[in-house]
Amino acid sequence: MHFTINGTVHEAEPDIRASLLDVLREHVGLTGTKKGCDRGQCGACTILVNGRRINSCLTLAVMHQDDDILTIEGIGSADNLHPLQAAFVKHDGYQCGYCTPGQICSAVGMLDEVKKGWASHVSADLDSVTLDGPEISERMSGNLCRCSAYPNIVDAISEVAGA
Amino acid sequence: MSGTNALTMDKPTPTSLLDTGAQGIIGKGLDRVDGPLKVSGSATYAAEHAIDNVAYGVLVGSKVARGKIVSVDADSVRGLPGVIDVVTDFETFARNPQQGGETTAPTQGVKDVQYFGEIVAIVLAESFEAARDAAQQLTVAYEEAEGRFDFDALKGEAEKPAASDQVPPHFSEGDIDSAMANAAVSIDVTYTTPSQNSAAMEPHASIAVWDEHGALTLYGSYQMPTSDAQQLAKALGVSAKKVRIVAPYIGGGFGSKLGIAPESVAAAIAARTLGRPVKAVMARSQVFDATVRRSNTEQRMRLGADASGKLTALGHETLTSNLPDEGFFEPCGIGTHFAYAAPNRQIDHDIVRLDWLLSGSMRAPGEASGMLALECAMDELAEAAGIDPIELRRINEPESDPDTQAPFSTRQLLRCLDEGAAKFGWDKRGKAGTTRDGEWLIGMGVAAAVRGNMLMESSARVTLTRGGQAIVETAMTDIGTGSYTILAQIAGELLGLPIERVSVKLGDTDFPPAAGSGGSWGAGSSGSSVYLACETTREQLAKAMKVDPEALTLKDGEAIADNRKVSIGELAGIDGIVATGTISPGKQEKVTKQASYGAHFAEVGVNVVTGEVRVRRMLGVFAAGRILNAKTARSQCIGGMTFGIGAALTEDLIHDPRNGKLVNRDLAEYHVPVNADVPQQDVVFLEERDVHANPIHAKGIGELGISGAGAAIANAVYNATGVRVRDYPLTLDKILDGLPAL
Repeated sequence: MHFTINGTVHEAEPDIRASLLDVLREHVGLTGTKKGCDRGQCGACTILVNGRRINSCLTLAVMHQDDDILTIEGIGSADNLHPLQAAFVKHDGYQCGYCTPGQICSAVGMLDEVKKGWASHVSADLDSVTLDGPEISERMSGNLCRCSAYPNIVDAISEVAGA
Repeated sequence: MSGTNALTMDKPTPTSLLDTGAQGIIGKGLDRVDGPLKVSGSATYAAEHAIDNVAYGVLVGSKVARGKIVSVDADSVRGLPGVIDVVTDFETFARNPQQGGETTAPTQGVKDVQYFGEIVAIVLAESFEAARDAAQQLTVAYEEAEGRFDFDALKGEAEKPAASDQVPPHFSEGDIDSAMANAAVSIDVTYTTPSQNSAAMEPHASIAVWDEHGALTLYGSYQMPTSDAQQLAKALGVSAKKVRIVAPYIGGGFGSKLGIAPESVAAAIAARTLGRPVKAVMARSQVFDATVRRSNTEQRMRLGADASGKLTALGHETLTSNLPDEGFFEPCGIGTHFAYAAPNRQIDHDIVRLDWLLSGSMRAPGEASGMLALECAMDELAEAAGIDPIELRRINEPESDPDTQAPFSTRQLLRCLDEGAAKFGWDKRGKAGTTRDGEWLIGMGVAAAVRGNMLMESSARVTLTRGGQAIVETAMTDIGTGSYTILAQIAGELLGLPIERVSVKLGDTDFPPAAGSGGSWGAGSSGSSVYLACETTREQLAKAMKVDPEALTLKDGEAIADNRKVSIGELAGIDGIVATGTISPGKQEKVTKQASYGAHFAEVGVNVVTGEVRVRRMLGVFAAGRILNAKTARSQCIGGMTFGIGAALTEDLIHDPRNGKLVNRDLAEYHVPVNADVPQQDVVFLEERDVHANPIHAKGIGELGISGAGAAIANAVYNATGVRVRDYPLTLDKILDGLPAL
């Protein structure tokens, strides 16, 4: 099979039972996407598939042959950071760093959802969403951070969203 | 050139070179030096080291809670595609994880099943999917036995645990019963807290690689590699020199990765049996089932005071639980010993032996659960006496360590409370149950934070190169605490180098042995070892420049003295300067009482219809010696405060009383706080230096932030509603009945 990951085509012959997460980590060698629970409960494995954020542990790799897969490695590199990555560094939006790639991928997808006008549980006006702190917190609550950098994550995303 | 510098903290260190450094980077809130790697997914965690020919191991946990294994039928899965083998070793597999800092093997032997989920075998396959499938299908036959699973039913059989070096199991002074009988005001109440799980985001993982000389390299997720390697060597029956642990990045620990866990021993034995590397990553449910929990507690608080509010009786009697034959007990009363004084005191720790998984250290063992009871009891006493809670603490501020009368090395508890009260608007707090905002009842709570300070032996090597770069090497770890960054700041400040010219290498037992990350001792201990190494480097630079070290100014890579300016790389010479520093604890920890202090303030809203509690804002004011990096220190504190939110409101690890099995062994059902549960949090640090603690004058902060935090929230819930819930966590079902009629 072939997978288009971060714009590059990778060949892999995964087990049909393999999750997309495990194919990224164990077959393709892209370990930036993290496994925290393997049950869709923590968000550490969040990536973007065709522009939307998903838990890569909850989907089988064989379902994604023709999809456009974007992982943290495709968002920016250590010497060429994406604005969100730079903002996470500036605002200390992490501690141990294990949930961080998932947080950043999730934030990329979330900002796009807001741009499309999608409302959330806490939106006061369903037709016109303002991305304030509570909106960001609500929309980022699928990504656990046990170190609890949450207020800093909100600050980092706010800065980029406001720019 | 080379040199060594060892210091035992027998005397105070009145001055610190960090206060006279010219580089000006110590204390600054610099970005983490490992930040770009973390945000780009290129920091390498345990399961991510690229190892050729690795076999995938999936662990198999016992499906009974107590009994013996009759057989592990490897043939039941050997024929499955991709399966290599099933490995078990009834004698050698770790039954329990080891506690932090021990240098002996963990409790071994898995033929006896002592708790549900005990790791009894590992299935090896060419792919993770094949190994997982086979692990689920593996036939294990058990002979089941009766067990002890019900804390409430068995608490009458509690026993006094063996002595601990942390806190005496039993302590009493004066006569608390008569003091309580004669007190002008008193409370006698019992608090309970449930088991908790550290729930670090990275599950425990090990890759074991043996070489042809019988030496093992284990890529693991461990907080204390130096002692972890010794534990693993003992467990495997090999010389400690033959075991190397590599852990450059660790996805959180919070105590759960202090000692080695069963996956490390299983991976090592499987790799030796197969003759190829083995990767074993625990499933999240196995992290819950078979690593370590914070013990549940039952804590009777007896406080008695005279009419002025001065404590005459202070009782803190605690029941916790652990497996039979395990030495650890949760030291709930450790903070009570020095938080407040009273002439009549009783602080007891008894333990109920249960066939539940191991209990051990989780973030601030002792204070984290003990202060949930102590600081709410103080709030209850304040209410009963009609005294403001902050005033009650002021009235009971001890002048010296109540146990030993040793002076406090520093203690700014009252200043923390006062500054916090002013900043938080404490004077706007109403009487219990009187403040309302629409359908929300609003309340404020306060709690003190105390956390004992520790220093551990730790070494570091600092190499100053001809090119004017410093390389710091130590087996210390960074579990998210900021070690990489603060060690770079210390070396940069002392050697006059911008932080970009300092490279820090951690998490490898090939480097000098180190304290590791635990007990909030990491920064003080490993930071001091780097300090001492750099002190020697400075002396050698001075010698090369033929001046006294005191006359030397080091800045931006240049040495300035005697009207000369020379590049320090040039002074280091062709071979550079290699210096090793070692710090050791000494008499100072006995002649002074060392701890860090703080004050937590919380405002909550309690929904009058549903009983839901929302934390609206939190403030922590802390005094913990020198703050080495204002940004990472703040992050440590907000992380601790959020653990306090979890302890107060959401975290509850439930054991089935029929078999000890964890009912909620995943992150959907064990509720750690999520982003929307956490408000903006303010943190203030008071200026402080502790000359008795270590030569960098810094104390621990990673655990201070949790100590007392949950109590401030519980006290705020009381202030909002007038309902006092003494059974943590304060879920809405426990509050609802006490709310006013709609």
